[in-house]
Amino acid sequence: MTATARSPKDTAAPQTELHLKMLRQMLLIRRFEEKAAEAYALGKIGGFCHLYIGQEAVAVGALAALKDDDYVICSYREHGQALIKGISPNAVMAELFGKATGCSKGKGGSMHLFDAKKGFMGGHGIVGGHVPLGAGLAFASKYKGSDQVCVCFFGEAAVNIGAFHETLNMASVWKLPVIFLCENNRYGMGTAFERVAAVTDIVEHACSYDMAAELVDGMNALTVYDATRRAVERARKNSHPTLLEVRTYRFMGHSMSDPLHGVYRTKDEVEEQKARDPITHLAGKLKEDGVIDQAALDAIDAEIHAEVDAAVKFADESPEPDPDELYRDVLAD
Amino acid sequence: MPTLTYRDALNQALREEMQRDPNVLLMGEEVGVYQGAYKVSRGLLEEFGPKRVVDTPIAELGFAGIGVGAAMGGLRPVVEFMTWNFALLALDQIVNSAAKMLYMSGGQIRIPIVFRGPSGAALQLGSQHSQAWESWIAHIPGLKVVAPATPADAKGLLKSAVRDNNPVIVLEGEMLYNLKGDVPDGEHIVPIGKAEIKREGSDVTLVCHSKTLTVAQKAADQLAEQNISAEVLDLRSLRPLDEAAILESIKKTNRAVVVEEGWPHAGIGAQVVDLIQRDAFDDLDAPVQRVTQADVPMPYNKFLERAAKASPEKVVAAARRVLYLE
Repeated sequence: MTATARSPKDTAAPQTELHLKMLRQMLLIRRFEEKAAEAYALGKIGGFCHLYIGQEAVAVGALAALKDDDYVICSYREHGQALIKGISPNAVMAELFGKATGCSKGKGGSMHLFDAKKGFMGGHGIVGGHVPLGAGLAFASKYKGSDQVCVCFFGEAAVNIGAFHETLNMASVWKLPVIFLCENNRYGMGTAFERVAAVTDIVEHACSYDMAAELVDGMNALTVYDATRRAVERARKNSHPTLLEVRTYRFMGHSMSDPLHGVYRTKDEVEEQKARDPITHLAGKLKEDGVIDQAALDAIDAEIHAEVDAAVKFADESPEPDPDELYRDVLAD
Repeated sequence: MPTLTYRDALNQALREEMQRDPNVLLMGEEVGVYQGAYKVSRGLLEEFGPKRVVDTPIAELGFAGIGVGAAMGGLRPVVEFMTWNFALLALDQIVNSAAKMLYMSGGQIRIPIVFRGPSGAALQLGSQHSQAWESWIAHIPGLKVVAPATPADAKGLLKSAVRDNNPVIVLEGEMLYNLKGDVPDGEHIVPIGKAEIKREGSDVTLVCHSKTLTVAQKAADQLAEQNISAEVLDLRSLRPLDEAAILESIKKTNRAVVVEEGWPHAGIGAQVVDLIQRDAFDDLDAPVQRVTQADVPMPYNKFLERAAKASPEKVVAAARRVLYLE
């Protein structure tokens, strides 16, 4: 070894840093969502509230492959992506509480989190309705000659929607820098995908639109990161869209008002999937690699617990929107 | 002042706005190579190229949504629907994405987009191609809706629509595209939300918009022969509605007939009548009458179709009723 050569530890350092960041981000989502569930049960959060528990590796792995000014657009199960794109836990929790300090001023709610300055272009409530919006953001980026790409997250149920097919076709014809990231958690609410889809390997749909595609293990943040990085490069360098099918699993019910299991899936199945917990998986790898020990992990977790507790306190103590807000923001000047 | 067709007035507005602002683009079916299904976009592909004049597949929901996404990304798209009948497929994007984005994002994301195309019946196109869309679209907060009746208003309102920072619906008409009229050159802007008295009168107000302006004008001619002086008020904008102009005219004439292409149930006329009964009750000398399309899907047969549409004769009869002449 010469004096100028870098030691293996040095080359591994940025990688390790990234893995630790991902672990921390997944834990943040997990603890945030657990607190959201508690707050929902206490009546602090109203309406529909779709939790991301079990799917954390998807948002965390994918967003790690993006630049800060890239666009992200999501369905209504978007708390995780919002947090990782840089909206503070305070602003997200306050939005769930419907408070004036929320990231959408309390007028969006759980399903409509926004922070345009951070490139987080929303949570959207109609299944598949935001898929063309994601392509449109990529259209604008290409039109303006910017190198921003757009990652559009949607569930597998959206694949049965017409807007999905219309958009993939146009994105391919127009070569838009967009990544269609399908989070296949296997159930559209209570309907197993194979019961309602003729083609159950979603990646296959890319063939119809002459589009690059990858099937990805969504319980592993690192594989999601690698696949998204490849797709982002394709979009940024060559302006080619990609369809990623990321297989994951939701550990909770469809929304807070739905059962965890019962008529549509068994308790055994949920337990079996929980054994593939993406956080346990990455934590285990980092322990195995000697990067962290249990004490370090506990310390990170404690820190995140405190951060999320603070977000709940912030949301709780924040003011309700001014009554005049009712008529604001209907039309722009 | 140059005389132009309604079609060429729209074309001029698009050309001028695309020359003025590089972020304005046109997308839709047949807008480029084919020069527009109704030739509204004639010559634009040649002048601005395929980047800014984008031919789309027949996928209204998809391209309307891509247009909204492009507006989220800072562009000012003009989305052409070959007709509003097909825009029914895009309603999710118009209502759930375009109209609500500003509000549900707490004021962060503006959607400066124009959705335009012909609305209402032409001749013998059958029920699925002969629908007036006004009341469906005007129902939605977060949208602006205009329905120009003349070439000058078509140019001026489309230019306003392109410059507006909100989603604006421009309802045109297949039967209007060949209509000729004086159109000012260059910077001619008609503000959204302003009605116009197209003919002064003192005995009855005929409230109309879009194609029914011609119907109302013919009715006014016939009424004049009966020594009845009808005022013709062209709404031009349906959301926001120029309530002051309506009330002002009723104050003068004390009687009104509201004419529209759409069906009667929950129509634009119902909205106008609601305003009049509430805010001009003391000025009224008779209940307001409405003339609409018959409450049926549009038939194909030309005699049945004619019977279904608003006509000058129906407007004259309604005007005579509010004047207690029959």
